[in-house]
Amino acid sequence: MQTIDARGAFCPGPLMELIAALKLSAIGDQIEILSSDKGSAADVPEWVAKVGHKMVGVTDKGDHWSIIVEKAK
Amino acid sequence: MAKNILIVGGGLAGTIVANGLCRQLAPQLRSGEVVITMLGTTETHMYQPGLLYVPFGRIREHELFRDQRKVLDRRVIFHVDPAKHIEVAKNQVSTEGGRTLKYDYLVLATGSRIMPQSIPGMAEGAHWFYDLEGARKLRDALSKFEGGKIIVNANAPHKCPVAPLEVTFMLYDYFKGKGLLDKCEITYTYPIGRLHALEPVALWAKPEFDRLGIKYETFFNTEKVDPEAKTITSAEGVTMPYDLLVTIPPHQGAQVIVDSELGKGGWVPTNTKTLHRDGSTNVFVVGDTTNIPISKAGSTAHFEADVLIDNLASLLTENRMARDYDGKVFCFIETGTSTGTYVWFNYTTPPNPGPPSQMVHWFKLAYNRLYWLSAKGLL
Ligand SMILES: Cc1cc2nc3c(=O)[nH]c(=O)nc-3n(C[C@H](O)[C@H](O)[C@H](O)COP(=O)(O)OP(=O)(O)OC[C@H]3O[C@@H](n4cnc5c(N)ncnc54)[C@H](O)[C@@H]3O)c2cc1C
Repeated sequence: MQTIDARGAFCPGPLMELIAALKLSAIGDQIEILSSDKGSAADVPEWVAKVGHKMVGVTDKGDHWSIIVEKAK
Repeated sequence: MAKNILIVGGGLAGTIVANGLCRQLAPQLRSGEVVITMLGTTETHMYQPGLLYVPFGRIREHELFRDQRKVLDRRVIFHVDPAKHIEVAKNQVSTEGGRTLKYDYLVLATGSRIMPQSIPGMAEGAHWFYDLEGARKLRDALSKFEGGKIIVNANAPHKCPVAPLEVTFMLYDYFKGKGLLDKCEITYTYPIGRLHALEPVALWAKPEFDRLGIKYETFFNTEKVDPEAKTITSAEGVTMPYDLLVTIPPHQGAQVIVDSELGKGGWVPTNTKTLHRDGSTNVFVVGDTTNIPISKAGSTAHFEADVLIDNLASLLTENRMARDYDGKVFCFIETGTSTGTYVWFNYTTPPNPGPPSQMVHWFKLAYNRLYWLSAKGLL
């Protein structure tokens, strides 16, 4: 599984990194994104639902979140 | 035996690194202990930020270009001979022209490029300004445009994070200047749930758009463009009609990176602090082509290059690294044709833009000229 460490990344930020990484992935691939930005823990699932990818999980790791997404289309 | 530093890519990052190394390693270059070689694709160096002004006829094309040999320090051996295959396991690079160059240290600075062809219908149905040909076509389209629906469409990933907002404000001013504003409807689309990746910039832009009557659609990632029907559709399921589509196409890194299997999409996995290519101790990555999750911008290239120059010079003279890159990015933002603002941040300091002012706009215009000094390593 590919992990993108977007902790402390203000621009373009975790969701944009995820969108870019999904473009280079195959259907069924999972991507983990690490984010220290509170907003992304909400933003990413909202976007994933809108597009129709699969949310595998969001884990609060204390000082950051781990968000795992599966490319579904 | 001389130590060979090979720089692949003669854009902003590669050029700053080459020139900075020449200054720091003057005695070693004189004695022949160090040799610096650069591989590039063209004789000329293009000032990319200037492309933003081309569609509006506000820069002359010749102002965008300089002879790369004049921008580079004379001590750099420069070949217009693109790298074809980079073999990090063998410490060598082969070129389109048939050269095979061995190196002790390799600097990858091959930048990023637009990929409109990666989205069905985009190349045929959209305009852009991220290369000269596109900027010229957009200039022609704008000069003939008599009003209608304009969509400014940003796609991820792309270099220069502020360009989508800037071009939107500039289009607004342009139509206003031509007396076309009442016949135009501008809609701005953005990949994530707000108007800009940087939250404070997004918060500032929203009331500005509302005040000017610019519409927006967030969570919009282009899936296809239909050039016949003149519609654009997002992966999120929204379809909109357009009369003029100005897109910032998604980007990838250079083909040679993909062909050399150095990184998916041409993005090279890079240590965020040392700028080493992951897995190498003598390969460094600088500028747009890193996979570091920060803005792909000239200022990023500049700050990274400064760190790399110090580290390479220290490695060659004292066999140690000098310092880490702290993630610094600085951006000017055009907020119209006569005002501007700026923002900076690093890995630990969040961004906080100042209020737009005419002074900052003039500063950015001045910076447009200062670019060449910066590439020469004089800033
Ligand atoms: C319209 C526009 C507006 C912009 N505005 C701004 C701005 O206002 N502020 C800002 O900070 N940044 C801005 N940028 C972004 C900035 O120009 C880039 O981020 C910057 O140039 C990155 O530097 P680089 O050296 O990594 O890549 P580049 O400058 O693109 O250089 C990469 C070089 O590598 C060469 N290359 C590719 N493949 C090979 C190969 N196989 N062999 C040899 N050479 C190769 C390319 O030809 C190119 O010359 C803008 C960009 C555009 C397009």
